[in-house]
Amino acid sequence: MGRMKFLCDAERCIECNGCVTACKNEHEVPWGVNRRRVVTMNDGVPGERSISVACMHCSDAPCMAVCPTNCFYKTEEGVVLHDKDQCIGCGYCFYACPFGAPQFPNGPAAFGARGKMDKCTFCAGGAEETGSQAEYDKYGSNRLAEGKLPLCAEMCSTKALLAGDANVVADIFRERVLRRGGGTEAWGWQTAYGGGGEQKREQKREREGQK
Amino acid sequence: MSTPTMKLLRTAALGGVLALGLSACGETSQVPVYEDGKYSGKADTRPWESAEFKGDKAAWEAALKNRARGQNEYNRGD
Repeated sequence: MGRMKFLCDAERCIECNGCVTACKNEHEVPWGVNRRRVVTMNDGVPGERSISVACMHCSDAPCMAVCPTNCFYKTEEGVVLHDKDQCIGCGYCFYACPFGAPQFPNGPAAFGARGKMDKCTFCAGGAEETGSQAEYDKYGSNRLAEGKLPLCAEMCSTKALLAGDANVVADIFRERVLRRGGGTEAWGWQTAYGGGGEQKREQKREREGQK
Repeated sequence: MSTPTMKLLRTAALGGVLALGLSACGETSQVPVYEDGKYSGKADTRPWESAEFKGDKAAWEAALKNRARGQNEYNRGD
């Protein structure tokens, strides 16, 4: 098994917010906390694009690097999780995250009043006994332990949001791009997982007065 | 008017002021050294160690792969 990844196909997302609703309902996420949300760029302008954003479970997660209490860990499948018992709600992870994934139950309050950080768990629960009430209360349901994928991706009506093993997800997206003949932009993929030299863009235009 | 006791006190006070003034010279570097953090929380069980898969990693991987492939609608309807 490789690494678990999310892939959002901006060509397909219709901004239905089904993923957001599925996540909220599955984990009974408190009011004000949005583990997943849909962002629309150029809203109302022809050619607008929507993307579903949550924790991307980065290969080299910046939240893990900045946490002063070292409460983050990465599972063998590449899912970035954290122990809420260790979290002090400092908010460093929120500032470090390029996707704005870490959420705080008390909103933008002062240090110590924000509450413990909450984020997408890739439906993999957390550092409590699998399937226990304590795990559900702190981290939500553990679908991965039941052999299921995150509900946001499974509920996606247009299959814009893909989740699962990196190779499988990449194969599905590749086939899709070949069939439609365009729309190769896998939003956030490069930022979260890096690598992939073929995705790098080169500026072909020469600078003025220089060769 | 300066008694030997007063002289001693004055010398001691001067010594104290000198020591206090020089203490700033012994300031250590405040640049933090980067430490590679180690996870300090509770241990978590692996997903295939659940009641459903009972430690059978291969079965868990197969189930998940099958589920992931189901996201490709081009494979459906056969």
